[in-house]
Amino acid sequence: MHPITTVHYLALSAALLLIGTVGVLTRRNVVIILMSIELILNAVNINLIAFSHALQNVNGQVFAIFVITDAVAEAAVGLGILIALFRNKETVQADEIDLLKW
Amino acid sequence: MLTDTILFYIFALLVLGGGVLTITRHSAMHAAISLIVSLLGVAGLYLMQQAEFLFAVQIILYVGGIMLLFLFVIMLVNLDEAAKQRQFNRQWLIALVAVAAVGAQVGYFIYRGQGSFHFAAPLVAGTPAGLGNTEQIADSLFGEYLLPFEVASVLLLVAVVGSVVMAKKRI
Repeated sequence: MHPITTVHYLALSAALLLIGTVGVLTRRNVVIILMSIELILNAVNINLIAFSHALQNVNGQVFAIFVITDAVAEAAVGLGILIALFRNKETVQADEIDLLKW
Repeated sequence: MLTDTILFYIFALLVLGGGVLTITRHSAMHAAISLIVSLLGVAGLYLMQQAEFLFAVQIILYVGGIMLLFLFVIMLVNLDEAAKQRQFNRQWLIALVAVAAVGAQVGYFIYRGQGSFHFAAPLVAGTPAGLGNTEQIADSLFGEYLLPFEVASVLLLVAVVGSVVMAKKRI
């Protein structure tokens, strides 16, 4: 068996990123779209930690903390918007939210 | 070294399996549970790479905080109706093609760039300077990255105010 190198982590991160992107692009439920965004941000964090470990430099972990901060802010505001939207439109399907469509 | 390999594949299975289940389940509740499994797998990967502080942050903040927020919204918003309807939108075919193209590119670059990644030193036993992981992060965060840290706190304040304004019925 090969020892685990940075390349393994990069491949895993890329796979998770693609799974998240598929979720964002294909799902209709807005809650699950927000969950897919969390998957994408976690893929980014895996990448940062892998390079942080490989270079023995702690700055990557500091960046990961900032990414987590952004994820928290995004989830809070996104879910607040979702609640406001559900109160007005009674739907959580992304393609039925078409107020701005011509 | 063998234990590391086995653990990596177990955690990778948790991460990817949880991710796939998250984007395929009909019920938002099941998707949330799968997402928790995936996030715990990511936490395990952090621990394997000697990022102990982020391991704790991942479990406390993601699994404890963000997922709680998601579960509350699933409770507040009535999703039973949505679970019975069509789950995927009409652009799913073109979306899959686009994602496959991006995946091919990323895979090609990782494959070709593999030689450059050989600086991946096999696990160093213990930290050399005697400083723990949390202390190192604190030194960096409150020294070099003090200004971004303060900006992040302002961002969180804005997010708190914004989400309260959004979720409130009448201001």
